[in-house]
Amino acid sequence: MLTLTSPVQTWAHRVAAPWKLVALCLATLLLFRLTGPAALALAAAATAALTLSFGATFAVTALKLLRPLWPFVLFVAFWHGWTAEYAQGAAIVLRLLTAVTLANLVTMTTRLSDMLATLTALASPLKRIGLQPRALALAVALTIRFIPIMLLKLNDIRESWRARSARRPGWRVLVPALMAAIDDADRVAEALRARGGAG
Amino acid sequence: MEKNITYIALFAALIAALGLIPKIDLISGVPITAQSLGIMLCGTVLGSKRGALAVLLFLALVAIGLPLLSGGRGGYGVFLGPSAGFLIGFPIAAFVTGWIVETWRGNLFVSAFAAAFLGGVVVLYAFGIPGMATVLGKTLPEATLLATPYLAGDLIKCALAALITRAIAQMRPGALLSRA
Repeated sequence: MLTLTSPVQTWAHRVAAPWKLVALCLATLLLFRLTGPAALALAAAATAALTLSFGATFAVTALKLLRPLWPFVLFVAFWHGWTAEYAQGAAIVLRLLTAVTLANLVTMTTRLSDMLATLTALASPLKRIGLQPRALALAVALTIRFIPIMLLKLNDIRESWRARSARRPGWRVLVPALMAAIDDADRVAEALRARGGAG
Repeated sequence: MEKNITYIALFAALIAALGLIPKIDLISGVPITAQSLGIMLCGTVLGSKRGALAVLLFLALVAIGLPLLSGGRGGYGVFLGPSAGFLIGFPIAAFVTGWIVETWRGNLFVSAFAAAFLGGVVVLYAFGIPGMATVLGKTLPEATLLATPYLAGDLIKCALAALITRAIAQMRPGALLSRA
């Protein structure tokens, strides 16, 4: 679950992250301008060819990332099958799949550290309204560390509930888990202050 | 300052954790996830500004490619898909929720429930439905119809957000930054 970056090395991994983001923005703008199914099919084919050029393993992973979209594709297919606007339905589905695949390609070929560097660079103009880049970097690191802790606490409390009750643990585990997490956060804040603070 | 940063990071992590716990399927097969409960809690517990910042931090982590959205989704792709409108509405929903809890200083449970409903449902859907309509090429009423099955689950989440907020106020009063 760590990141979505593909372990399969491609030439796109070596392109600097900002260029990929600019290219993605331009490509997306273009996609939402195209309305004909023929032009969109061409764009979809080009995207598929680009994905396949990165190798079969890479392409299979890219395809798997599209899985959460199938209910929407099904919905549009049914809708436009019913109203017999086939061309319009095809255009909507093609645009959706192409745009999401292109964005996923950028995500899959960029390391997390490069993404973080880009995020810090993009946020640096916010210094003027009071957001310190150091505070942002600290918050990102803390969140990434807090997520597994939170899941662990939820799991611990669910386990101890199961050991004592035959009923299923529902939302009730949330309150003690959140309390424990809040206590942790308080101690982290104290420790930060003791070490010179975050400012 | 340190407390603000750690609490913002903690609640960003809470949204992620709530998206990763197993989802419940409604009879119609529409999954309801606890992720928007995290958005509501950001507002009711942290207040308007800090709540919105926690949500923005969470979205930044999603954008840079961590699969933290419910169903293990992440990366830039999600901002172009059918739920893009909901994602854009997330921080605004947390801000409105927090603002209501800060301003309406009556009974905490009632105020938190109303805030979670107005922010986490009304405001969120006001962004989510047009987003869905745009991406799927539908009219607004059609997209609204597509979103209604979620409403029952959302009401449960509002009640949960209010209960949890009240529990925090009773057990860790110092953590309730929205009423600090």
